[in-house]
Amino acid sequence: MTVTSVRKDPRALTMTITAEFDSPIGPVWQMWENPRLLEKWWGPPTYPATVVDHDLTPGGRVTYFMTGPEGDQPRGWWRVIAVEAPHRLEFEDGFADEAGNPDLEMPTMTTRVTLTEQIDGGTRMAIEATFPSVEAMERLAAMGMEEGIRLAVGQIDDLLRAAA
Amino acid sequence: MAPASRRGIEQSETARPDEVPIWYHSKPRLIYNPMVVDSDQADRVFRALADATRRDIVRRAMRGEHSVSALAGQYPMSFAAVQKHVAVLERAHLVIKQRRGREQLVHGNIDAIRDAQHLLDEFEEVWRSRIDRFGEVLAEVNEGATT
Repeated sequence: MTVTSVRKDPRALTMTITAEFDSPIGPVWQMWENPRLLEKWWGPPTYPATVVDHDLTPGGRVTYFMTGPEGDQPRGWWRVIAVEAPHRLEFEDGFADEAGNPDLEMPTMTTRVTLTEQIDGGTRMAIEATFPSVEAMERLAAMGMEEGIRLAVGQIDDLLRAAA
Repeated sequence: MAPASRRGIEQSETARPDEVPIWYHSKPRLIYNPMVVDSDQADRVFRALADATRRDIVRRAMRGEHSVSALAGQYPMSFAAVQKHVAVLERAHLVIKQRRGREQLVHGNIDAIRDAQHLLDEFEEVWRSRIDRFGEVLAEVNEGATT
């Protein structure tokens, strides 16, 4: 297992997940810095991500869409808060409308990535995700549920096609 | 519908977080391990969602509250037909309908998920899954660099 620890603080609405990789820090940073690599892991296999804009500078934007089994394309964005290659990245993460503009009605969350070189030559990656409020968590979870529902629907469509 | 399963739904209305309906509970698992689905509740959800209009109503209701009449204006069908669709979704616990004055308001059922710890658990699953993929892609990148 690459994940070494998970800490959840319901009062602070924060989750911190730590992983260790048997890799120098450079390639680990590339996983965030190179949009073609980022899109290989950001979305689940059923909702692969395509990164459109990718400006990892403070105030810069990353925009992406994911393509679901029904061809639906939920969109998202990051606003980069801080970046110190290859050790630190902090961004606000939100949903976008169909035109790719931030959906201001939807809550956002803040993600802080910290990469640390290990003595053995490996790299530790800590991801700290903070929700602005319980209400925001609920709404984000509801969105996730919506994706789950979309997937369930896609499976039904497949079953119906197979039965036809 | 079997009485036992009907009792099951009613219980879930006041359920503790670990007893929320399976369709909600299994959200990340639905995304990441699509085969983990069971129970009568899941059957009701699947049946409720086997209709394009009902799927659309759920999407709208998850984003905010709508009156049944406003929803009816969105589809080329009668008010009564839309009302029937809403009733099917309500039985599947996908939406909640409330009366306010003369209006019937519909919103997505997110009441079952008020537990912050539970939400963080689900979010953990999202990141565990991302980190698994991250590790795989990283290993490929490093292999490519050394060979």
